[in-house]
Amino acid sequence: MGSVIRGLIVLAGFIILWQLVVTLFNLPDYILPTPFDVLHTWYTHFSLILAETKISVIETLLGLLLGVIFGCITALSMAFFRPFSYWLFPVLLISQAIPTFAIAPLLVIWFGFGMASKIVTAMIMIFFPVTSAFYDGLRRTEPGWHELATTMNATKWRFFWYIRIPAALPNLASGLRVATAIAPIGAVVGEWVGASKGLGFLMLNANARMQIDLMFAGLFTLVIFSLFLYFIIDKYLKRAIPWQAVT
Amino acid sequence: MQPNQTAPIIHLEQVSLAYDGIDLFTNLNLNLPANQWTCILGPSGGGKSTLLKFIAGLIPNDSKQITCTGKGSLRPEQVSYMAQTDLLLPWFSALDNALLGAHLRGTLSTSLETKAKKLFAQVGLNGAEKKYPHQLSGGMRQRVALVRTLLEEKPVVLMDEPFSAVDAITRFQLQTLAADLLRECTVLLITHDPLEALRLADDIYILSGVPAKLDLTLQLKTATPRDITTSELIAHQATLYHALTRAKETSLWDQ
Repeated sequence: MGSVIRGLIVLAGFIILWQLVVTLFNLPDYILPTPFDVLHTWYTHFSLILAETKISVIETLLGLLLGVIFGCITALSMAFFRPFSYWLFPVLLISQAIPTFAIAPLLVIWFGFGMASKIVTAMIMIFFPVTSAFYDGLRRTEPGWHELATTMNATKWRFFWYIRIPAALPNLASGLRVATAIAPIGAVVGEWVGASKGLGFLMLNANARMQIDLMFAGLFTLVIFSLFLYFIIDKYLKRAIPWQAVT
Repeated sequence: MQPNQTAPIIHLEQVSLAYDGIDLFTNLNLNLPANQWTCILGPSGGGKSTLLKFIAGLIPNDSKQITCTGKGSLRPEQVSYMAQTDLLLPWFSALDNALLGAHLRGTLSTSLETKAKKLFAQVGLNGAEKKYPHQLSGGMRQRVALVRTLLEEKPVVLMDEPFSAVDAITRFQLQTLAADLLRECTVLLITHDPLEALRLADDIYILSGVPAKLDLTLQLKTATPRDITTSELIAHQATLYHALTRAKETSLWDQ
């Protein structure tokens, strides 16, 4: 509860500072609109913003889902089949060295102007943090547990299922938190490069037409959605993996 | 508890162990008689745990840090192993933790579960079956670990300071339980507590020096768990403390 109150105080301070800057420097609304202008635009353009948000939300969630699924499959197969990791890990590192921004236009060419290219962009950005965090956890199983399982004549598969995977879930959770925070960015990057729908498209368009208030309204909608998503995922993870605080 | 195989005699012959280039043991010979508790008493850090892992067959051949030669290691499957820490899985209930071996082999049965519940009652854990490790005290957790060890029904039990992390009263209770329930096994107990050795062990070795050697300091014939307040055992205590003090002076890690 304390963190919510602190967050609200920071938000209020930010809005006051913003209003002060506009008033003191007498800025025109095509440079920086006042918080009230933005709120007003948000209200008058609500149905437009809502429609574009829906698109971005779907892209983000699908990108997140697919990125997490592929990340988990990759991490699990690298941990379960050791030789696999020798070949796959360099590929993963190289893929991460390529900036997503740079290949986003290519993705639009390959996957089209619609949602698919945005989902793929978000997925690519999410894939690596999920894979590396989960794989890290899978590799670092407590040696004592391994010894215990060896004396218990455990099958490899059961050792994996009952010990290594649950032991790595707290790591997967931290990877998921990072993924949740960057997933909306992935979708918006995809929209910037080429789209006819979505919050990224709305913001880019508004910017080009000097509708800075609409740009801000879109931006804040994105921020609120991102925070909301993070909050929900974090809450769920804490409940689903209660031992992460213990270990 | 009746182990499902008769307890073997374990001979270690000419065992040499090195960790990170330091010789822990060279040409060590040791006999662990069947149906007896053998205890190795020594200052912490002297390579006792490495020796235990070697006997358990837990040191892999390709281990770079630990090199070993000599005869006497068992297959890990013959051994049940109780470590200093309880090693309970936080995502399993106490009962499932005790049944871990069966879970990991896929041999869970209702009769085994009944046996586990009986043991829970015997070690004073009634009603704790469904609790998770973080809801249990250190002593209770170590009791679950004891039940887990017992349910394995292995002929050889290796214990690495298993009761060092619990309070004095719990330790006393756990020692009594372990002595009663592991009578038919070949047990090797590692400890730094002379009283624990005197209560539980038949042969007591003291470990000293680098590379370490083992001296058979005491052989007790009386039934365990022993009453350590008798005048005879108090005299033995003095012997052990004296020998341990000397051992500590020759140890590399405990200056």
